[in-house]
Amino acid sequence: MSELSELYQQVILDHNKKPRNFRKLEQANHTAEGYNPLCGDHLTVYLALENGAVKEIAFEGSGCAISKAAASMMTQAVKGKSREQAEELFTEFHSMVTGELDEETQENNLGNLKIFAGVREFPVRVKCATLPWHTLHAALNNEEHVSTE
Amino acid sequence: MVQTVDSIAPQSVSDKWDVERIRADFPVLHQTVNGKPLVYLDNAASSQVPQVVIDRGSVYLEHEHSNIHRGVHYLSQRATTAYEGAREKVKRFINARESRECIFVRGATEGINLVMYGYGRKFIGEGDEIIISAMEHHANIVPWQMLCQEKGARLRVIPMNDAGELLLDEFDGLLNERTKLVGVVHVSNALGTINPVKEMIAQAHKYGVPVLVDGAQATPHMPVDVQDLDCDFYAFSGHKMYAPTGSGIVYGKAELLEKMDPFQGGGDMIKTVTFEKTTYADLPNKLEAGTPAIASQIGLGAAIDYLNTIGREQAAAHEAELLRYATERISAIEGVRIIGTAKDKASVLSFVIDDIHPHDIGTILDQEGIAVRAGHHCAQPVMQRFNVPATARASFAFYNTKDEIDVLARTIERVIEIFS
Repeated sequence: MSELSELYQQVILDHNKKPRNFRKLEQANHTAEGYNPLCGDHLTVYLALENGAVKEIAFEGSGCAISKAAASMMTQAVKGKSREQAEELFTEFHSMVTGELDEETQENNLGNLKIFAGVREFPVRVKCATLPWHTLHAALNNEEHVSTE
Repeated sequence: MVQTVDSIAPQSVSDKWDVERIRADFPVLHQTVNGKPLVYLDNAASSQVPQVVIDRGSVYLEHEHSNIHRGVHYLSQRATTAYEGAREKVKRFINARESRECIFVRGATEGINLVMYGYGRKFIGEGDEIIISAMEHHANIVPWQMLCQEKGARLRVIPMNDAGELLLDEFDGLLNERTKLVGVVHVSNALGTINPVKEMIAQAHKYGVPVLVDGAQATPHMPVDVQDLDCDFYAFSGHKMYAPTGSGIVYGKAELLEKMDPFQGGGDMIKTVTFEKTTYADLPNKLEAGTPAIASQIGLGAAIDYLNTIGREQAAAHEAELLRYATERISAIEGVRIIGTAKDKASVLSFVIDDIHPHDIGTILDQEGIAVRAGHHCAQPVMQRFNVPATARASFAFYNTKDEIDVLARTIERVIEIFS
């Protein structure tokens, strides 16, 4: 079960059990809803953008451990970042879990998000990990809904 | 006669079931997945194909292939004979009065759509009502919703209780002079419930309302007699009953099929065509436009032969015993809840685990070589009714074993351990 323990690492299980920034953000000025009809993962990302930067971010919803942990760690990673930095992290995260970016040898700013690298061994689960990021991207770009299938 | 698995004494018959001999008939079962022997428990999604059915398809493709119904040449006649032979087998399999009442379709979904287009669009109009049940597969919801939108008709839903049993009194209350069709699933794919369709059909007929039965999950598990049921339409898929994908049947009473409009227009469904007017062929051709999935439908005939060979009563008894054992084993695991606890059930076991999403369950089971379905099972209203986003579902066929259920139970315990 080595690939499995790569996927379900303690940090991921911990974020699943105790998701950070898991609430509705009243002062949000950008909100988007993400839905994966295939598995029913569903979340809302709330953003308070100020001067082009993420001042506050939170999320609500239900989903599998991978999507929940990815959302939780995403909120920690992008808080305080500029819109451009957040978008760049999305690109890097997406490239990592689809196997296009080797997080160990290629330059990146993923930091502790590297823990999701194991997802690329489970192609059907890639969408679980990227749904929160797609939803963040939609919120940053004033799209209200995003759906991955 | 519709025989439910409950009506057979499970243990005594099950003892005689030589599951290893049966497993030898299914080549796909003998492989490893992620280094573990495959444990295939996703039969409700699609069942596996025995060697004799594969061979029949190969014989057709190697020696008989041609287009049907039109060639005067040798091969076309052989293909036609094989194809129509499969229809005869289907007729006997569901005890239809006539083989022209058995229309070949791609599967139950296409069968239901055929009835929606050919019967619904012609005979259902504004203000009319269509009744379906709360446990329908999307295939028996969406076509009727589309029709209601088009015609201004109304969709009404028979509710169910917490065990996943339909409330028949409520059904009676929904039937009225505006009701034009009832669509009900014989066996629920998400819950396993076997619905008392014979009684429901009798109830609907008191109001003169025709009934379509979605039998996709019934034909793999129990004998179906459309005359005894007195259903007006009965749709099922070959690939859930050991035949290839692309095979399936919608049965309809001849007098209804004759009144219906064609589903699709094209070759093989006509008598004469001019640019001014087309006259349609007789049944069944009127409802089978274009070249069908000939090899697959011949495969369906071969799968029926196979089922008749192995002994359906014993197969059903073995499945009943698997369900009993799995229910006992899985429900004994702390934190596991079975969704669908009807008294009368086919061998489908849906379950959820506290605070663990079914997709995570599915991924971990897959690492141990176990194939289950995790998701909403194309029955989102059922998930909403039970207030779960999704379930994990193990569905058993007569080639599954108790050992496989032990592997499943142990791995579920491991899932809970990982997440604890």
